[in-house]
Amino acid sequence: MAPKLPPTHPLEHSVTTVAGSQAPAHHAPPRGILRWLLTTNHKEIGSLYLIFSLIMFFIGGIFALVIRAELFQPGLQLVNPEFFNQMTTMHGLIMVFAAVMPAFTGLANWMIPLQIGAPDMALPRLNNFSFWLLPVAFTLLLSTLFMPGGGPNFGWTFYAPLSTTYAPPSTTFFILALHIAGISSILGAINIIATILNMRAPGMRMMDMPLFVWTWLITAFLLIAVMPVLAGVITMMLMDINFGTSFFSAAGGGDPVLFQHLFWFFGHPEVYIMILPAFGIVSVIIPTFARKPLFGYPSMVYATASIALLSFMVWAHHMFVVGLPLAAELFFMYSTMLIAVPTGVKIFNWITTLFRGSISFESPMLFSLAFVVLFTIGGFSGLMLAISPADFQYHDTYFVVAHFHYVLVPGAVFAIMAAAYYWLPKWTGHYPNERLAQWHFWLSVIGVNLTFFPMHFAGLAGMPRRIPDYALQFADFNMLSSIGAFLFGFSQLLFVLVVVLCVRGGKKAPAQAWEGAWDLEWTVPSPAPLHTFETPPDFKRPTL
Amino acid sequence: MRSLWRWIVSSNVFLSTTPVHANGWNMPRGVTDVSGEIYGLHMTIFWICVVIGAVVFGAMFYSLFRYRHSKGAKAANFHEHTTVEIFWTTIPLLILVGIAVPATATLTKMYDTSEADLDVMIIGQQWRWRYEYLGEEVAFTSNMSTPRAQISGEEGFGEHYLQEVDEPLVLPINRKIRFLMTSDDVIHSWWVPELAVKQDTIPGFINENWVNINEPGVYRGQCAELCGIDHGFMPIVVHAMEEAEFDEWMLERKEAMEQEALGVDREWEMQELMARGETVFESICASCHQSEGQGAPPAFPALAGNERLIEDLEWHAQTVIDGVSGTAMPSFRNTLNPVELASVVTYTRNAWGNDTGDSVQPGDIAKRIAE
Amino acid sequence: MSGGTYYVPATSRWPVLGSVALGIMMFGIGMQLVYDASSVIMLVGLVGILSVMGFWFRDVVRESRGGLYDTQMDRSFRWGMGWFIFSEVMFFAAFFGALFYIRTFAVPWLGGEGEKGVSALLWPDFVPQWPLMNPPGDAVVGPRGTFSPWQLPLVNTLILVTSSITLTVAHEALKEGHRKVCRNWLTGTVLLGLCFILIQGLEYYEAYAHYGITLEAGIFGATFFILTGFHGVHVIVGTIILAVILVRVHQGHFAKENHFAFEAASWYWHFVDVVWIGLFIFVYVI
Repeated sequence: MAPKLPPTHPLEHSVTTVAGSQAPAHHAPPRGILRWLLTTNHKEIGSLYLIFSLIMFFIGGIFALVIRAELFQPGLQLVNPEFFNQMTTMHGLIMVFAAVMPAFTGLANWMIPLQIGAPDMALPRLNNFSFWLLPVAFTLLLSTLFMPGGGPNFGWTFYAPLSTTYAPPSTTFFILALHIAGISSILGAINIIATILNMRAPGMRMMDMPLFVWTWLITAFLLIAVMPVLAGVITMMLMDINFGTSFFSAAGGGDPVLFQHLFWFFGHPEVYIMILPAFGIVSVIIPTFARKPLFGYPSMVYATASIALLSFMVWAHHMFVVGLPLAAELFFMYSTMLIAVPTGVKIFNWITTLFRGSISFESPMLFSLAFVVLFTIGGFSGLMLAISPADFQYHDTYFVVAHFHYVLVPGAVFAIMAAAYYWLPKWTGHYPNERLAQWHFWLSVIGVNLTFFPMHFAGLAGMPRRIPDYALQFADFNMLSSIGAFLFGFSQLLFVLVVVLCVRGGKKAPAQAWEGAWDLEWTVPSPAPLHTFETPPDFKRPTL
Repeated sequence: MRSLWRWIVSSNVFLSTTPVHANGWNMPRGVTDVSGEIYGLHMTIFWICVVIGAVVFGAMFYSLFRYRHSKGAKAANFHEHTTVEIFWTTIPLLILVGIAVPATATLTKMYDTSEADLDVMIIGQQWRWRYEYLGEEVAFTSNMSTPRAQISGEEGFGEHYLQEVDEPLVLPINRKIRFLMTSDDVIHSWWVPELAVKQDTIPGFINENWVNINEPGVYRGQCAELCGIDHGFMPIVVHAMEEAEFDEWMLERKEAMEQEALGVDREWEMQELMARGETVFESICASCHQSEGQGAPPAFPALAGNERLIEDLEWHAQTVIDGVSGTAMPSFRNTLNPVELASVVTYTRNAWGNDTGDSVQPGDIAKRIAE
Repeated sequence: MSGGTYYVPATSRWPVLGSVALGIMMFGIGMQLVYDASSVIMLVGLVGILSVMGFWFRDVVRESRGGLYDTQMDRSFRWGMGWFIFSEVMFFAAFFGALFYIRTFAVPWLGGEGEKGVSALLWPDFVPQWPLMNPPGDAVVGPRGTFSPWQLPLVNTLILVTSSITLTVAHEALKEGHRKVCRNWLTGTVLLGLCFILIQGLEYYEAYAHYGITLEAGIFGATFFILTGFHGVHVIVGTIILAVILVRVHQGHFAKENHFAFEAASWYWHFVDVVWIGLFIFVYVI
C-alpha cells in the first residue's frame, strides 16, 4: 500500500504559516531513511502503518499456511505439536495486533485529516511515536520464536494457567511486547479522538462527518477503554510468573477464570475495534458506487454507538462453558443476542442504499459487496453461537473458527482491501490496474470461502480447534480448507503487484477519482500533496 | 454468491435426514433429552438464518442486477424512511425474543444437577482423563490408545484414529449421572458431542454437569480446550450400557481394585515389576518422556541416562509421587496406586540401559505415601 | 476552529528514539526476569526514555513559549490529556475489577458458598474470609495480620486530600496572577506528595517485616500490592510532574489565562487522589 512518494517542496511548501524564526519552512526535510524515521506528516505515517501491516499480514499468513499444511491430511507430517501451537498463537497475535489494527490505524492516519479538512493529526509527534513503537513491539514478539523453549504456545487468548505456570520462559517477553503494542494503540487512539473532536473544518458538525470518521471515533473510544484492561491483565500474568502472586491460582485464593473475565472484557470490544472501521469504509464506498447517498445516516451512527456500548456487556459469551452461574449465562446470552439488532440495521441500510441506485462494479465496490454478504454469513453463525445451550456444542470447535474468520477475513481484511483500492488513486495519483484487481478479488473470494466454509461442517461434526492432528471423519473438510488457504494466501501476492504497479504508474486519476464520491478528500489533487488543508476548507453540507 | 447460498441450503436439507449417529456434516442429535433439545435449537436458529439470508441477499442481488449503471440506471436520491427503520429494528427484536424463550428453558434444564443417581468426578490431567466414581471406591485413568506409530505415519490409521482410549468411562443408561469436573494442572474441556456435554475443567474449582443417556453405545469425543502440547491427543470414550450390565461391571471393577490393593502386601519379582512398569510407562509417562525415555528437553527431561535418577533412588521415587512444582511433572500420588508407582519406578531404573539393577516394592511406596 | 495557524512540527527525532529506548528497557526487564541478567540493559533503556521525555517536553515548552500554539492546539492538548487519564482510569478498573471478583465470587466459592460452592470438595479445610489469611493451598502461607485502616492509611488519605486542596489553591493563585502564592502552595503540594511516598514505603516495610503481607502471601497480598503499588508509582510520577511545574513557575513560565501544562498536572494529581480514595475504601476499610 505504498503511496507514490509525495513531492518534497523544501521552500514553497511551508509546514505552517506561523511567523517566527522557528518556522520549519527554512529546514529542508530530511531525505532517505531519516525522512521516514522522523516524519510527523500524517500521510507519511499512514503509509508507514499500511506498509508495516502488509508485511505483518504476510508473516501472519505464512504462519497460517504452516498450520493449514500440517492439517492437509491426518497424521503429523511437517511440524511437531509444540511448534504447531506456537504457530496458532503467533498467527492470531500477529493478525490481530500487527496486521488488522495497524492497517485501520494507517487508513485513519491517511484519511481522517483529509475527510474532515484538517492540516494533520492533532498531535503529529505523538503520531510518529505510536507508529515506531510497533516495529519495536513485534520484533520483540517475533524474537520469542527463537528463544529457548520456543515462543508463546497457548493460543492468542493465552488462558492462565497454561500461559503462566505452564508457559515457556519467553512468555515474559511476549507480555512486554504486548505492553509496547498496547501503548502504541492507546496513544494512536487518543490522537485520532483529539483529531476528530478538535480538527474538523469550520462548519462541519459531528453529524456531517463521513461514516469512516464516525466509526473510527467510536473505535478510538473502545481502544482507550479496553487496551488498559489488557495491560492490567497481562501485568497480573507477569506477576504470577515472576513474583509468586496467585491471581490465577486457586491455591492462593485466586481463580483462573478471573483471567478470562478480564481478557474478554478487553477481547470483545477488541473484536469490534477490528470491525467498526470496516463498517465505516463500506458505508463510504457503497454510496459512491451506487451514486446515491447512504440510506439512514443517523441510524448508522446510532447503530455503531449501540454496538460499541453493548460490546462492554457481552464479554462472557466467550466463556459459556467455563462454568458461569446460570444468571450470568442468561444475562450474557440475552445481551449478545441484542447485538444482532443494530448489526442488522447496518446491513439493511447498506442494501437499501443499493436499492434504486445506479450501481457499477469497480474493485472497491466488489470487495465491499463481498464484505456485506460474507460478513452477514459470519453474523448468522454469530447469532447461532449466542444461543448459550447450543454454544455448549459449538464452543471451541471449528465452527467458532469459521465464524470469526468470516467476520475477520472477508470482513475486516476485505474492507481494508476495498479501502486500498478506493483510495489508491488519492494516494498515488494513479488508478490501480482494474483487470488485476478483479482477478485478485475473485481469487480471494473463492479462496476465502473454500478455506472457511468447510470449517463450519468440521466444527459441527465435532472437530475442536487448535489441534495439530484430527480424527479421520474430518479429513475431507480439512483438505478443502487447506487448498483454499493456499489459494487465498498466494492470491494476495496479486494485491502487492497491483499496489506496486499503481505506485509506479497507471491511468492518471483526477482530484475526484470516482464519479459518485463527494467527501472532502476528493477536493484535493491526486496524488494528495504532502500538506493539505493548511487553510481549512469551507465545508459545505451537500444539499440532499 | 447466490449459488453458494443454494449449496448451503441444499446440503443442510440433506443433513437433517442423515441418521442420528452419523458423524457427518451436522451437529449430532445425540442420545440424551438435552442433546435433542440443543439439536432442535440449533436447527431452528439455522433455518431462521436461512430465511433471513434469503430475503436479505435476495433484495441485495435484485438491486445489484436491476439497478446496474451499465444498463443506464438513474440513481434515486432518497436516504431515510423512519417507518422502514422502525420496522427492521422491531422485527429482529421479536424474532430474538422468540428464540430466547426455548433457549432459556433448555439452559435451565442443563443447569439442574439435583437428584443424581451417580456422581462421577472427571479430572483433566496433561494429557489424560481420570474418572472417579464417588462413593464406589472405583477410579481409573483413561489414556489415548492410538499408537504413536500411526500418528507419525509409520502405520496405517485405525478405524477410531485419535478417538480411542485404553479404559473408557463406563456409564449406565437411564440413570441421572452428575459430573463433578476439575483439573490437576491447566484448563481442559471434557466434550462428548453425542451427550451434548462440554464443560471446562478449572484447576482448583469444580464445575457440574449431568447426563441421562437414552441409548447404549460407544460415544467418542476429545478435549476441547487448548491444554498444551498433547491437547490433540486427549480423547474421551464413553461406554454406555444397560443398567444391569453396568452394575455387574462395577462389581468386577471393585473386585479388581481390591486385588490390586492386596499386591501391596506381597513381595514382587523383578520381572513382574518390569512388565507392569512398561505398561504404566507407555500409557502415562511416554507422552512427555517419550517411549525410549529420551525425553524432549528442555521441557521434558530425558530419563535414559539421567544421572540423578540413576544415583538417587530416594529422590526418584519421591519425584514420581509428588511431582515437581512449577513444571509439567505432576504428582502421581492420587493417580497411580502403589503397585503402579513401584513398577514404573523400577522400570525406569532398569530400562534403556539405565540398568541400576535395583527395584522398589509396592509396600515401600505405600509406606512413603502414608508418610 | 482556526484559520490556518495550527502548528505542525516539521520533524522530530524524539519519538523514534523514545520507542527504541522503550524497546531496550522492555528487553532488559525481560532479560533480568527470565535469565537473571544484570539490570544494565534495563537502566540504559530507562535513561534513554527519561532523556527523550526531557528533550521532547523541552521542545514543546519552547514552541509554546515561542507563541507557535493557537487555541485549537490548546484544545488538542486538553482532549489528549483527558483521554489519557480515562485510559489510566480503565487500567485501575482492571485491578479493582479483579479485587471485586475475587472477594465476591472466587473466595466464597472455594469455601463452599454460593452457586459454585461445590468447589470446596477440593479444599476441605478452607474457611472463606476477607482479608484472606489462610489461602486454600497448603503451599501458600497467608499473612499474619493486616493493617488497621485508621492508622497510616488514614494519615495518607488526609495527606493526599490535603494535597489536592493545596494544589487547587496554587492554581487559583496562578489564575489571579499571585505567582508567589502559587509557588508556595505548589511547593507544599510537592512536599505532601513526598510525605505520602515515604509513608507508603514505611507501610510496605511493615507489611513485609511484621505482617507477612507479601506478594507470595496468596490473593490478599497480590491484590494489595498490585493496587497500592501501581497507585504508588502514579504518585511518584505525579510528584515529579508537579516538581517540574514548580521549577517552571520559578522560571516565570505560565500566563494567567494560558497554562495548560499546570492544569494537566493538576488533573493528573486529582485523578491519583481519587484512585486513592477508592483504594482506601475497598482495600483498607471494607
